[in-house]
Amino acid sequence: MGCGVTKSNQLQLKPCDRGNISVPAMRAALLIQRWYRQYVARLEMRRRCTWNIFQSIEYSGQQDHIKLYNFFGYLMDHFSSANSQRNLVSQMFGESEVFQDAEWERRFCYKDIEVPDVYTGPHLSFPLSISNVTELVHAFKNKQVQSFLSKQQNSFMYMLQSQSFSSVSGSCRSECLSADVSPQKLHARYVLQLLGKTWTLLRLMPNISHVGTCRHKEITICGDLHGHLEDLLLIFYKNGFPSAETPYVFNGDFVDRGKESIEILLVLFAFLLLYPHNVHLNRGNHEDHIVNLRYGFTKEVLGKYQVHGKMILKLLQKIFSWLPLATVIDQKVLILHGGISDKTDLNVIAKLDRHRFVSALRPLKRKGASAMLKEAALSADGDEEFSAGRRRVQSLSHGTPLRLRQELPRHSVHSESGRTGRSVEEELRERRRLAGLSLSSDSDPAEVLETDADEWKQIVDVLWSDPMSQNGCVPNKVRGGGCYWGPDVTQEVLDRHKLQLLIRSHECKQEGYEFCHNGRVLTIFSASNYYDVGSNRGAYIRLGPDLIPHFKQFQASRSTRELTLRQSVGRTERSALQALRMQLFAHKSALIREFQEYDPQRTGLISVKHWAAAVEKVLRLALPWRVLRSQLVTSSTQDGTLNYHDWVNQLSVIQPNTEIANTSLLETLYKHHSNLESIFRMIDTDHSGLISFEEFRQTWKLLSSHLQTDISDKAISDLAESIDFNKDGSIDINEFMEAFRLVEHSRAEMEVLPSPE
Amino acid sequence: MADKHNAETIITETQKRISSAFEVFDHESNKTVDVREIGTIIRSLGCFPSEADLHDIIAELEEEEPTGFVRYEKFLPTMTKILLERKFRPITEDLLLQAFEVLDQQKKGHLEPEELTRYLTQEGEPFTQEEMDEMLSAAVDPDKNVILYKDFVSMMTFDDTR
Repeated sequence: MGCGVTKSNQLQLKPCDRGNISVPAMRAALLIQRWYRQYVARLEMRRRCTWNIFQSIEYSGQQDHIKLYNFFGYLMDHFSSANSQRNLVSQMFGESEVFQDAEWERRFCYKDIEVPDVYTGPHLSFPLSISNVTELVHAFKNKQVQSFLSKQQNSFMYMLQSQSFSSVSGSCRSECLSADVSPQKLHARYVLQLLGKTWTLLRLMPNISHVGTCRHKEITICGDLHGHLEDLLLIFYKNGFPSAETPYVFNGDFVDRGKESIEILLVLFAFLLLYPHNVHLNRGNHEDHIVNLRYGFTKEVLGKYQVHGKMILKLLQKIFSWLPLATVIDQKVLILHGGISDKTDLNVIAKLDRHRFVSALRPLKRKGASAMLKEAALSADGDEEFSAGRRRVQSLSHGTPLRLRQELPRHSVHSESGRTGRSVEEELRERRRLAGLSLSSDSDPAEVLETDADEWKQIVDVLWSDPMSQNGCVPNKVRGGGCYWGPDVTQEVLDRHKLQLLIRSHECKQEGYEFCHNGRVLTIFSASNYYDVGSNRGAYIRLGPDLIPHFKQFQASRSTRELTLRQSVGRTERSALQALRMQLFAHKSALIREFQEYDPQRTGLISVKHWAAAVEKVLRLALPWRVLRSQLVTSSTQDGTLNYHDWVNQLSVIQPNTEIANTSLLETLYKHHSNLESIFRMIDTDHSGLISFEEFRQTWKLLSSHLQTDISDKAISDLAESIDFNKDGSIDINEFMEAFRLVEHSRAEMEVLPSPE
Repeated sequence: MADKHNAETIITETQKRISSAFEVFDHESNKTVDVREIGTIIRSLGCFPSEADLHDIIAELEEEEPTGFVRYEKFLPTMTKILLERKFRPITEDLLLQAFEVLDQQKKGHLEPEELTRYLTQEGEPFTQEEMDEMLSAAVDPDKNVILYKDFVSMMTFDDTR
């Protein structure tokens, strides 16, 4: 190197000018730098692979959602007249209570709920005051501190010590630092009260909020939070609480996946009530009660509020449907959760009745007998087919009341249909009518249906779409709703509405934010460590009158702060690999069949090259299998072949909780267990966590006939019996799901790196 | 001929490795990667180029009018050549250890964090503050607040056997 100056070196060091550094020392430094950079690059490669794994699995999980959705459609088409099945279907879609709003308010009344003296959590009084809300936030924060202290972590404490909220008193701080603080949960009475007020407020809000910036007032925009309370608190710490000087937009997906979704909602709603003109909440696709069944929010609420959880969830269902759909800043910047399509029209969106669209996952009513037959034929496809454009997304529940109906406990479902004297067919017909806007007979039903479908599409596109790099607009098959839209659509839609920028969320980004479409679309994501510890940063945007976004990134890092890059990558990688092994296990039989294609002589051995090809074909996850190979195949013979039976068996072992002998049944169940869980929870209308034997059998029978899997009645009965552990004729859903938790086959195969915990 | 077959196999296998590594960063699946990821890709394939080396390679790969992206068709031949010629060979554990020993002028058996920082952020192809902090977080012994470079080198090169 000598005294030469390369064109790359920005710092032009001429070692011979420096009298105090020897050439060998300089060369040594260079070597170390060169080596270290290579090391970091290899880590970065691993991190990227890990990321791809999580993303692929997440998207393939969403394809499960499509299957669920198709299953519901199948049910609508194919319910039989057999009594048992009919009741099951009507029970599943038992969202048939069509009360007046006033009636609902009476039912959600919190006034009869007493708060016991032993309750040490915050007491709310309405109208809310700033100190009340601050107290609420600190109560939840203390819960975090409590769990940290019990793990003897101190990085979060460090953060708390240096916070500078003007409204925080000294006593609050010392409270945070004391180890005697008990976990704080807001009492159900206050929850219902707060939610009730929120519902009232939201009903006054338009579908699209219009906000203006002004000098000295920047707007803060946050993306998906997904139950990561820590991230929300971090944002408040860095950026300040919402206030008249610090307005915020929260762009949807507040719940699911993370464990503190209800706390996030309560905090956001509290600030909304305090500053209704300065806090803006946009609906996300996870603000949807059926999605919540699958992704954890329902479970969380029922776990935390055992007595009133159901009521809370019901009220939240209303609230979600009343959340506004978009926010526009200075008439130039559009903020919404998912995205747009070529058909997006803000004028249509502004005028529709947003609360009619309760959930994206409800099948559409049939347009007529012939259409019904045609669609029935289509839905007989195997679960691998996602029929294009068939979007059964209209909700069957309706804001306008029809008539009052008593809500009945689960077991009297038989008497329910008896009492009202209505078959499921009649029920469906009624819902079809309901789903049409107008109840008068002179409106053309076909016309009404079309408007509905159009409005429906507007909303689903806004909540579920993703950008793509190619031009055009195609249905988003991965998510099962919304579109993939291209840069040309961005240009057309933004220009048509005279907008300059679209800010959206919905997709996790490694740096917390990402531009695309020539800088006209910006994705913002605020849940750090979304896939796992160390997977990504979160970010938020500050927007001033110049409408140029400024980014602040963060990473909630209780433990990652302690970890080196190497260790955090290693950790995330381990969980990604474990998730991947589970996926592989779920496809065990198909994999073996595919391996055997390459092994006609049945030696049991195949080359690693063929292994990669087979895995890619079966799993259909777009992953760099060759790069991952060294992680997933730990034992290969010298000549690069492996014994695939051994490999498959080593993948995972089902926890031996059940006596299920039939392993192919187990495998099938495992593959569909998330959908099964969603369906079970829908059946379990009183949220007791139990379903009857019979219901289990019926459900499985329906699902298996839809999937066209070959499982005999006897096998299912045996399975149900073996799962009914306490032999009382009912199955505990959680226990059933526990049976599918896979354990690692051998810890010895894992890395020998020191565990940071 | 056996030799020819072997050579072909080697080339094919090499190209598959290159293609896999490239794929990982080809986010849009359109056979291009951001030019800023090229260094990572090359290094992840086992090469140890210096920053200067990388700049030369990138200059070669970029179009007349740089788009900020590198296409696979251009990358593949360049990278194949690099791998087959075994350019930018790995730095062995011994060599690395020697480098640290050179910096340890007083032969203490360890380095002070400030010492190492001075060398690595001011000499050669200097580290950014971020790079330096990251290395220190792994290298500094938390009790003694020094860098026991012998242990450090063994620990880091153990990963190489993965």
